[in-house]
Amino acid sequence: MEYTILILLLPFVSFLVLGLAGMKMRPVAAGLFGTAVLAAVALLSYYTAFEYFSAGRDAAGAFPTLIPWNTVWLPIGGELHIDLGILLDPISVMMLVVISTVSLMVHIYSLGYMKGERGFQRYYAFLSLFTMSMMGLVVATNIFQMYLFWELVGVSSYLLIGFYYTKREAVAASKKAFIVTRFADLGFLIGILVYGYYAGTFSFTPAAQTLAAAGAMIPLALGLMFVGGAGKSAMFPLHIWLPDAMEGPTPVSALIHAATMVVAGVYLVARMFPLFIGYAPEVLHWTAYVGAFTALYAAVVACVQSDIKRVLAFSTISQIGFMIVALGVCTSADPHAGGLGYMASMFHLFTHAMFKALLFLGAGCIIHAVHSNEMSAMGGLRRYMPLTHATFLVACLAIAGIWPLSGFFSKDEILTACFAFSPVMGWVMTAIAGLTAFYMFRLYYGIFWGAENRELHAAHTPHEAPLTMTLPLVFLAAVTCVAGFIPFGKFVSADGAAYAIHIDTGVAAVSLCVAAAAIALATWMYARDRQPVADKLAARFSGLHRAAYHRFYIDEVYQFITHRVIFACISTPLAWFDRHVVDGFMDLLARGANGAAYLIRDMQSGSVQRYCIWFLGGALGLTILILLIC
Amino acid sequence: MNILSLFPAVPLVMMLGLWLSKSTRQIHAVMVAGSSLLVALAVVLVVQYLGLRGAGETAPMLFTASHVWYAPLNIHYAVGVDGISVAMLLLSAVIVFTGTFASWQMTTDIKAYFLWFCLLSVGVFGFFVSVDLFTMFMFYEVALIPMYLLIGVWGSGRKEYAAMKLTLMLMGGSALLLIGILGIYFGAGATTMNIQEIAALHNIPLSLQRIWFPLVFVGFGVLGALFPFHTWSPDGHASAPTAVSMLHAGVLMKLGGYGCFRIAMYLLPDAAQELSWIFIVLTTVSVVYGAFAACVQTDLKYINAYSSVSHCGLVLFAVLMMNTAAGTGAVLQMLSHGLMTALFFALIGMIYGRTHTRDIRQLGGLMKVMPFLAVGYVIAGLANLGLPGLSGFVAEMTIFNGAFMHPDTFHRVVTVIACTSIVITAVYILRVVGKILYGTCDNPEHLKLSDATWDERLSVICLVAAIAGMGLAPLWVSDMIRGSVSEIIAHILS
Amino acid sequence: MIKMEYYLVVSTILMFVGIYGFVTRRNLLAMLISVELILNSVDINFVVFNRFLFPGQLEGFFFTLFAIGISAAETAVAIAIIINIYRNIRNIDAKSLREMKW
Repeated sequence: MEYTILILLLPFVSFLVLGLAGMKMRPVAAGLFGTAVLAAVALLSYYTAFEYFSAGRDAAGAFPTLIPWNTVWLPIGGELHIDLGILLDPISVMMLVVISTVSLMVHIYSLGYMKGERGFQRYYAFLSLFTMSMMGLVVATNIFQMYLFWELVGVSSYLLIGFYYTKREAVAASKKAFIVTRFADLGFLIGILVYGYYAGTFSFTPAAQTLAAAGAMIPLALGLMFVGGAGKSAMFPLHIWLPDAMEGPTPVSALIHAATMVVAGVYLVARMFPLFIGYAPEVLHWTAYVGAFTALYAAVVACVQSDIKRVLAFSTISQIGFMIVALGVCTSADPHAGGLGYMASMFHLFTHAMFKALLFLGAGCIIHAVHSNEMSAMGGLRRYMPLTHATFLVACLAIAGIWPLSGFFSKDEILTACFAFSPVMGWVMTAIAGLTAFYMFRLYYGIFWGAENRELHAAHTPHEAPLTMTLPLVFLAAVTCVAGFIPFGKFVSADGAAYAIHIDTGVAAVSLCVAAAAIALATWMYARDRQPVADKLAARFSGLHRAAYHRFYIDEVYQFITHRVIFACISTPLAWFDRHVVDGFMDLLARGANGAAYLIRDMQSGSVQRYCIWFLGGALGLTILILLIC
Repeated sequence: MNILSLFPAVPLVMMLGLWLSKSTRQIHAVMVAGSSLLVALAVVLVVQYLGLRGAGETAPMLFTASHVWYAPLNIHYAVGVDGISVAMLLLSAVIVFTGTFASWQMTTDIKAYFLWFCLLSVGVFGFFVSVDLFTMFMFYEVALIPMYLLIGVWGSGRKEYAAMKLTLMLMGGSALLLIGILGIYFGAGATTMNIQEIAALHNIPLSLQRIWFPLVFVGFGVLGALFPFHTWSPDGHASAPTAVSMLHAGVLMKLGGYGCFRIAMYLLPDAAQELSWIFIVLTTVSVVYGAFAACVQTDLKYINAYSSVSHCGLVLFAVLMMNTAAGTGAVLQMLSHGLMTALFFALIGMIYGRTHTRDIRQLGGLMKVMPFLAVGYVIAGLANLGLPGLSGFVAEMTIFNGAFMHPDTFHRVVTVIACTSIVITAVYILRVVGKILYGTCDNPEHLKLSDATWDERLSVICLVAAIAGMGLAPLWVSDMIRGSVSEIIAHILS
Repeated sequence: MIKMEYYLVVSTILMFVGIYGFVTRRNLLAMLISVELILNSVDINFVVFNRFLFPGQLEGFFFTLFAIGISAAETAVAIAIIINIYRNIRNIDAKSLREMKW
């Protein structure tokens, strides 16, 4: 399957062409070029998936891990070397399909959404760069290649968030996103260093005896790697960059900050899953606690946000929390005995990518129509944008976990896995799932129902988006409707053996009831023109409401740490110290030498006559001295 | 004539040509011809070197030649290269070439300017090709002196002060160095000045090594911006004209790292092992301290100068780690930092030439006004913060991995501390990029400015290509370096 | 017969007169004249020593002739310099020449 290299090379070529010659091309030509390349990549990915899964299982009953390409990129020394290559196994192939599908949809969608924007070509160049990096990340043959592309996706994300570079908020958001994830990557890097040293290799499958000899170092390395994953996947408390990242163009949010890049952390844990299970199950469970707390926190905050993209951003954080929890609650690699979470997590990753991309693209259409992100500018839009409305509703139902949409199936598997781990975890996650349904329908009613902002809509009547934008919506909605029926366990499972998904009726019934109740509650509170209940609640618990609206002041804490502590208490004094103490000491030396010179310079008066007297006096003195001695 | 002797000889011939030339056109012609010839020579040397190594040549130094210069002190004009010096020669040639184009717009007393510029290159090239302690030292001095005039005459701001400070500090360093070199010479029995031969003798008593090692290391360390002897760097770079900053940060600071490795560590291996911890602490401080200090500077050149302190600190840090991986990383970092900083200083010079200010508080929105320069700046910044695919990543990762191979707590801790610099680097780079390139351009004067001219484009494109080339395909250069580094490391550890 | 000491007394007086003049006078020309006195005293010594101590030889005489020649040349150069100084600063006082002092 050597042709898979094209999946990486094509977007790279597209990036180079658009990046170097893009400004010479007409915007439409550049956009079509990028989209065409991506379509080719998507076809290749589908073909790869088809060929890979149809090739059949090996003797052990698992899909074989194929490495069609692997070359040494940079030898480090000793046994260590960084390789670049392509690794195909069920999860990487699944990710290829997810990324290329969403990316293709976003490419098509952007043709309409970004039309007439300054820097259209640059936008497509960055999209290509991002796609290439993300593909490289998922097909990494070793942890260092993953880190390499990990940094590249970080930069693409930085460039795309800051696409509207004249907007101050966008620039600040891009900077924040990069620095926060970079900080997390420090953990990742150190984790890799520890791993490389003790495992003796960067590959994912080190020899068992070296791992056993490393003792507590492997859990440490995996824990540090998870810090990196938590940064990219916006786990609490490293989540702060993701809501701000919504300053980027909406299709970018759909691609990077909803469907693909933010699940890189989940993918990382899934990729290291055998090591986690084998050597560091406690660390794995800790990730579950982090994920659960993040899911809860983000869901609560999402309930009170007014910017629709922020709501979606927090919902993304919350859903990624679900995926992490699903991985974290695994206790073995056997899906029948505590290893179900792995499959559930990947399944949810897959379905979530589709419906969350759909939500974001739908939000893009809405923003395109009303030119605002605020819910106050919306309301009653179902009349103007029927298609967007329908697809948005499908996505909302899916994320709420309503049968027969895809979200129901994947969330059900996650909840089953949680209940298997501990009932507490199961009930907590079920409650969060209910919250999810609640805030999504709050959003839905706020946008499409409720009181219309008449002045705004009179000045500028909202209209349905063009075909290039609605087509991806319809496609993704269709995928969302049918994806739940994919026998996902046949392709991906913790031990590689085929696993037949079966609905745990008890769990399914509970979660459906909770979701339906939450939706009903949201309908009761938000579907009407006025929202007396919601307002009263907000007034009653104004402190809580304000804290949640300000995301529990986590951003302010960071602001304090960076500006008041790092800049004001470390950098500024250091710079002062450097200029005045270190440099001052050097200047002092120079001044000292200079001063000493001034002291003795009077001897060099320049007057020949004085020299002459000194000379004669000296000669006389010497003569007398010699005479006296002799 | 040995190909290596051509490296210092070509700039000398260029000086003759400059002296004879009558007009700006002729001066430019001489410079372009000469610097292109140097690049060509460097490429030829790399190809020949790799060819010889590929053919199984195992001698540590290739292309060696030696002529007696002053017999009573055993001073020879001795040349020879290994992978490290070949890489450095290539770097120097590229920087001289691009520096020529970066000085294209210079108008005041251009003939004298280029004469000194060429003399500086004579010193640099001579230093990298020689294997004789004394000739090395002589070329080192030749490289330092023109700096004084180049900054003092053609600089900006507090140029006299900066030039004086830089020269005095570096001269102070070379005073220590001279003592150290004589110490090595006499300690090794006063029979030879040749580095390879002294290393082979390996007969300097440890008690003497303990004295000479700090002297030599600090002597070169001053040029390599070792904390606390780095303060010439911000002032010097801020005042120097563009091409001089490029050459200085790009090549001259590498003389320090190269010297530390080739002379201090290689010739005084026992003391190096014993005393390395002191310098490891100092370099770790350099790395983090430079990065933190860069976060709050407001002058573009100061930011870059402090960033150089941090990155050059990483070079010395890696050198002191004394294993092949870290040593290779050190040389890669020298190459990478040379290219990146040269690009940075070139761009800062070009921006300054247009806006007449380097204060980041007065700049903004330049992306719209001068897209080419701005994109170049972003690329330089990304390389600086270690984006994969550009040179910085390759070098830093090799260093960190190498440094982490020491299993003891001390080395582990300093490695982790040094790693934090990648985060701080991101902070100050993105701060600058966000402030000066993004946002809106508030100054109406700046809106009228033009983008890069062809000569500036050429210079920027060459450097970006070199950075990307090294970042995308690091294998050949790292292999070229590794062989020679492992030889030196093996000697240090033996 | 005049004794050698008499000549030496004269040359010593001449020598110290010259030194005194060189040290005390501020005028460059006067200083130059004093220097000539010193030179002449040395010339006398050469001649006298040759005449009285090594009568058969001629080195002392020749040396004196050389010295006279050289002092003539030196005077010419010095006066040229003094004239140039005068042209520049309208003054030939040794104290006013401080342009090149540290």
